[in-house]
Amino acid sequence: MKILVTIKQVPDTATQVKIAADGKTIDPTGITWIVSPYDEFAVEEALRIKEKRGQGEVVAVSLGPDRVKEALRSCLAMGCDRAIHLNDPAWAAADTLVTARALAKVIEQESAQLVLCGRQAIDDDMGAVTAQLAELLGWPCAYWIMEETIDADAKSVRAARQVEGGLEVFDLPLPAVLAAQKGLNEPRYPTLKGIMGAKKKEIKDLKASDLGGAVEPPQLSVVGLQALPPRPPGRIIQGDVPTAVKELVRSLREDAKAI
Amino acid sequence: MPGAFWCIVEDDRNGSPKKVMAEVIGEAARLAPGRVEAVWLTDKASEAGLKQLGEWGAARVLLLENAAFAPYRSEVWVASAAELAGKESPQAILAPVTSRQREFVARLAARLGVGLAADSVGFALEGDKLVATRPVYAGKLLSKVTWAKAPWVATLRPNVFRPAASQPGKTASVERPTVTAAGALMKFVERREEVSTGLPELTEAETVISGGRGMKGPENYVILEDLGRVIGAAVGASRAAVDAGWRPHRFQIGQTGRTISPKLYLGFGVSGAIQHLAGMRTSKVIVAINKDPEAPIFKIADYGIVADLFEVVPELTKEFKKLLEK
Ligand SMILES: Cc1cc2nc3c(=O)[nH]c(=O)nc-3n(C[C@@H](O)[C@H](O)[C@H](O)COP(=O)(O)OP(=O)(O)OC[C@H]3O[C@@H](n4cnc5c(N)ncnc54)[C@H](O)[C@@H]3O)c2cc1C
Ligand SMILES: Cc1cc2nc3c(=O)[nH]c(=O)nc-3n(C[C@H](O)[C@H](O)[C@H](O)COP(=O)(O)OP(=O)(O)OC[C@H]3O[C@@H](n4cnc5c(N)ncnc54)[C@H](O)[C@@H]3O)c2cc1C
Repeated sequence: MKILVTIKQVPDTATQVKIAADGKTIDPTGITWIVSPYDEFAVEEALRIKEKRGQGEVVAVSLGPDRVKEALRSCLAMGCDRAIHLNDPAWAAADTLVTARALAKVIEQESAQLVLCGRQAIDDDMGAVTAQLAELLGWPCAYWIMEETIDADAKSVRAARQVEGGLEVFDLPLPAVLAAQKGLNEPRYPTLKGIMGAKKKEIKDLKASDLGGAVEPPQLSVVGLQALPPRPPGRIIQGDVPTAVKELVRSLREDAKAI
Repeated sequence: MPGAFWCIVEDDRNGSPKKVMAEVIGEAARLAPGRVEAVWLTDKASEAGLKQLGEWGAARVLLLENAAFAPYRSEVWVASAAELAGKESPQAILAPVTSRQREFVARLAARLGVGLAADSVGFALEGDKLVATRPVYAGKLLSKVTWAKAPWVATLRPNVFRPAASQPGKTASVERPTVTAAGALMKFVERREEVSTGLPELTEAETVISGGRGMKGPENYVILEDLGRVIGAAVGASRAAVDAGWRPHRFQIGQTGRTISPKLYLGFGVSGAIQHLAGMRTSKVIVAINKDPEAPIFKIADYGIVADLFEVVPELTKEFKKLLEK
């Protein structure tokens, strides 16, 4: 069974982000890049499926500039068999739909039977590419999955999705798309052997022309980025606990009108 | 006349729209007065629910009632909604951020070949364009985005937009357009209900209490739940508390948990790591209780008390009780 995992490289949340001179993108200097955490859950789950079945192939795919190679390398170090890098300036201003179109073409070319994605990329936070992939492919899709099992003859997957108030369990015929939620698993750390081995694994570069040509223009465009308006300075309430608590309750009621 | 602003109804699976729909309808009415339409895919709508949509200000309800719509499956919903959108040509399609709406409208936008602005916190009409504002990079920046063509598809973060006031007697015209319901690919197996805490749902609550590693153990969350019952708050947790196994993941607030935007957030023994802030920094009023005066959460808190939470919580519960009994 061939499993494709879509991964996005994102700035580490702990690093500071600054707006670039164009006012629309972030300044890449000084940023530490990581694999989006939800995508690590997706990679881990794909590897577990392969290990459990004792066969299959796990392919990591990412769209983005040169730096993305490093993210793909760390997926290979975790245990993915090979990687595909969609790297073309034609995708520089990709929105979710442009991203999904490119990824869908790769999935078709690869004839993958299962696609695992993250719940959302933690930088742009659209949480949309996964559903859009499913739509473009005409496949079923389960969002925010907390557990999954593939049936013995790899015809369907049983997945539990997290919804408000509980879990809903469905059988999805394969091929299908699943979006990983935190709680699905605990991603492994690459071993030294894995890291060494990753250097020998293939990362295939694809250009827009390799996927059948012209990239359609984005449907959503960024007008500008702006810093958060600063919060008004807060107040540390002094005094012993009973006094401070009384003052807090009064302030919440009378000043902030929050209760 | 330009097309309508659709508001996709999120319901309680029991025939009634959720309260968050007042916010979606309220914002749609602000942007497109008189052109607000509620689109409801459900297996069964209640009369009271339809009435409520009218009172909130929907001029028209397009009711798609079919057993195939429950439980929600994206492939079934999208086929019917896209067919209706083809006939109706709405100008915008708005939905609240919930687990299913996030997936549904993304898939619908792909079917319609249009852009999507997820988790928006503000909208402005600029000429003949709609510009949405959405938090990005763990809420550290705001991104303004606009669409190349209609329908403009967006989801709205709960508790951010001003809800429409209910106007008794105001009614919507309810129509039941015929659309084909596509065959489902996904087969429903079961629903596993969570053990209810009896407290509000995290993403919908107007007040949220959050307990971090400072809670010291799972057994101590009862004091937060007691406080929650007094003030009608949901009780969430930091990732440190969830990873320690003290609370189930569904209670996690932050970048890899739920994003919340309550009127009031009260953090107890939460240090205020950037990933936690990502999930709660749009809260209107932030209160932090921490024994470390240097804890980063005090930087964004409106009110703080530097003290042992185990002394503060019972005292707070007592004082709120006094206040609310008045
Ligand atoms: C220079 C620059 C310009 C941009 N311009 C625009 C613009 O004009 N309009 C706009 O809307 N956005 C723009 N973006 C952001 C855009 O590229 C988003 O990253 C894209 O829309 C995907 O959305 P998301 O990251 O929120 O992914 P989500 O929808 O949150 O991702 C869900 C899942 O899909 C998969 N996935 C997402 N992205 C990728 C990827 N690149 N490769 C592999 N898998 C992926 C992952 O599994 C992920 O967990 C720009 C970004 C950059 C860097
Ligand atoms: C990729 C990634 C994603 C993440 N996603 C999330 C996320 O979604 N949500 C999230 O919360 N975190 C997330 N984290 C983790 C985050 O970085 C922090 O580790 C976490 O938020 C810390 O939780 P905490 O504040 O409860 O614990 P700590 O940082 O340990 O803080 C505990 C606080 O309690 C105080 N305290 C202790 N005892 C008492 C007492 N008796 N009375 C009063 N105060 C007391 C201490 O002074 C301290 O400030 C993520 C991290 C990464 C790397």
